[in-house]
Amino acid sequence: MSLGPHLFLALLEGTVGALVLALTALGLSLVFGVMRIVNVAHGEFFMLGAIVAWYVSTLTGSFVLALLLAPVAVGGVAVLADRLVLRRIGYEPESTIVATVGLLYILQQAVLMTYGPYARPVEAPIYFRVDFPWFGYSGYKLVVAGAAAVLLLATWVALSRTTLGLQMRATQQDREMAQAFAVPVGRVYTLVFGVGAGLTAAAGALIVPVQQAHYLMGLDALLMSFVVVILGGLGSLRGTLVAALVVGLSDGVISVLFSPTLAKIVATLLVALVLAVRGRGLFGEELA
Amino acid sequence: MSGERRGLALGLHLGVLALLAALQLVLPAFHHGMVARVMVLAAYAVGYNLLLGYTGLMSLGHAMFFAAGMYGTGLTIQHWGFGAGAGFLAGIVSGLAVAAAVGLVTLRTAGPAFLIVTMMLAQAFNLAALYFNDVTGGDQGFILSGLGLDLFGVRLAFAHPAVKYNAAFVVFAGCLLSSLWLTGSPAGRVLLALKENEERTRLLGYNTLRCRLFAVVVSGLLSAVAGSTYTLLFSYVGSTFGSILYSIYPLLWTLLGGAGTTLGPLVGTLVMTYFVDIASAITTGYLIVVGAALIVMVLWAPAGIVGGIRKRWARWLP
Repeated sequence: MSLGPHLFLALLEGTVGALVLALTALGLSLVFGVMRIVNVAHGEFFMLGAIVAWYVSTLTGSFVLALLLAPVAVGGVAVLADRLVLRRIGYEPESTIVATVGLLYILQQAVLMTYGPYARPVEAPIYFRVDFPWFGYSGYKLVVAGAAAVLLLATWVALSRTTLGLQMRATQQDREMAQAFAVPVGRVYTLVFGVGAGLTAAAGALIVPVQQAHYLMGLDALLMSFVVVILGGLGSLRGTLVAALVVGLSDGVISVLFSPTLAKIVATLLVALVLAVRGRGLFGEELA
Repeated sequence: MSGERRGLALGLHLGVLALLAALQLVLPAFHHGMVARVMVLAAYAVGYNLLLGYTGLMSLGHAMFFAAGMYGTGLTIQHWGFGAGAGFLAGIVSGLAVAAAVGLVTLRTAGPAFLIVTMMLAQAFNLAALYFNDVTGGDQGFILSGLGLDLFGVRLAFAHPAVKYNAAFVVFAGCLLSSLWLTGSPAGRVLLALKENEERTRLLGYNTLRCRLFAVVVSGLLSAVAGSTYTLLFSYVGSTFGSILYSIYPLLWTLLGGAGTTLGPLVGTLVMTYFVDIASAITTGYLIVVGAALIVMVLWAPAGIVGGIRKRWARWLP
């Protein structure tokens, strides 16, 4: 292939990756924005989504059921973690980080003990090729991108048009004032933590047919989510989306043209520098 | 700290060191090796504690300092034929360089931002080690052989258990006593003030940025010393030691033993290393004890072991 089609393939891969990445990172951004906590176990919710999807689709043979069940199950796990651990330590920033690191290892190792150290795929529910003049492209990947876009849109509508979304935004802006206006802040926290995990789990489940489910897949998801959320500005959903597009596209291009490892090195270094120079990222508010 | 307290503290530390030195005479072979390893890792935790416990900065990227010491020593020995002594120095220099760079980049970040930036930098460092795997050996790493020191005409081979134990002991003792000295010194007091209230410390006229940089560099230096020692004594270099797990370990050891106590890192490392060792015999998912320990501590024992002892019985513990 000459450079033109090569670049087109890279951009295509990048767009698909960017949408999945946006969905993966959205939960982290939401949780930071509303609850003001850094959830280090975020990547494990992504991994758990993929694993649950593998179990459900292998046991029942229905991938659609797996897609529906994975976010619900993982959201449930997150709600439990919130009630049993995070709420008890009062969401104190550093304790929360330590606790979520603990949660990371508990989830990851529990999966290793039950699911095992394998990387296993799920058969894509639909299979078709999209034929471009230069190469064929997996139709399922385009479906994944579409589904991710729909979920992103749904989250945005829920946040801007529903009462619950209003309560979340109120809590984000001023927790105490929201409480004074009878917003059940405690319940909003639990819900946000659960929904954040669920969205990420949906992303994990969506990509199982493309990427295989493995107990260590959470770490990459966590790092890339951090990259996106920080570049976009912690707590800014619009920033998260824009950053996901930028990072996803450049990641796709560098991965295809050079190497995936190099793409990740560039992204992580970039983020460290952005955060060090401009503490609030590109869009967001100051992270103290 | 009053003179009497300081004497008591110094006596306690020397007593603990004497106990560690004496232990090698009675420990069976397996535990002999374990305690040698624990001492090297505890030196790493001592370095971590200077930052978390005494300056109030939580890093999730210390593995890059440990790995900088490890690669600085291992690569110069492997590729340039350095001896153990020169390799050790190279490890220290590379650790210092990385720590100074990280300290400068993270100078103005605080709280969660500091944590995330250190984690990102460490990840970039680790990915770079994997990327240049024809030099570093990647995650396979490489094994060094025949390491030792010639001291007064006697060849001390690090592979020999007694040499290994005593070398680990000397390094650990050096790190522990420097940390005791530093935290009791005026400079250490300023770091503590930084932890309690950075703004007020600045108001008092201290250059808080310079103090922070100093803390990161010293902490990184001790971590690199530990990494370099690990390479020399256990003859292995590999990217695992730069992975996020090795950034989380010193956090866990320090918290378990008690952040902000000089003996905490040793106690935490000792307890946790044995815990992990026992668990690894039972299940492949043995790192679950790491997760469980972190959550248990956050919920029920935030002060850690030595911190708890200090709170209840011995207020004078440094």
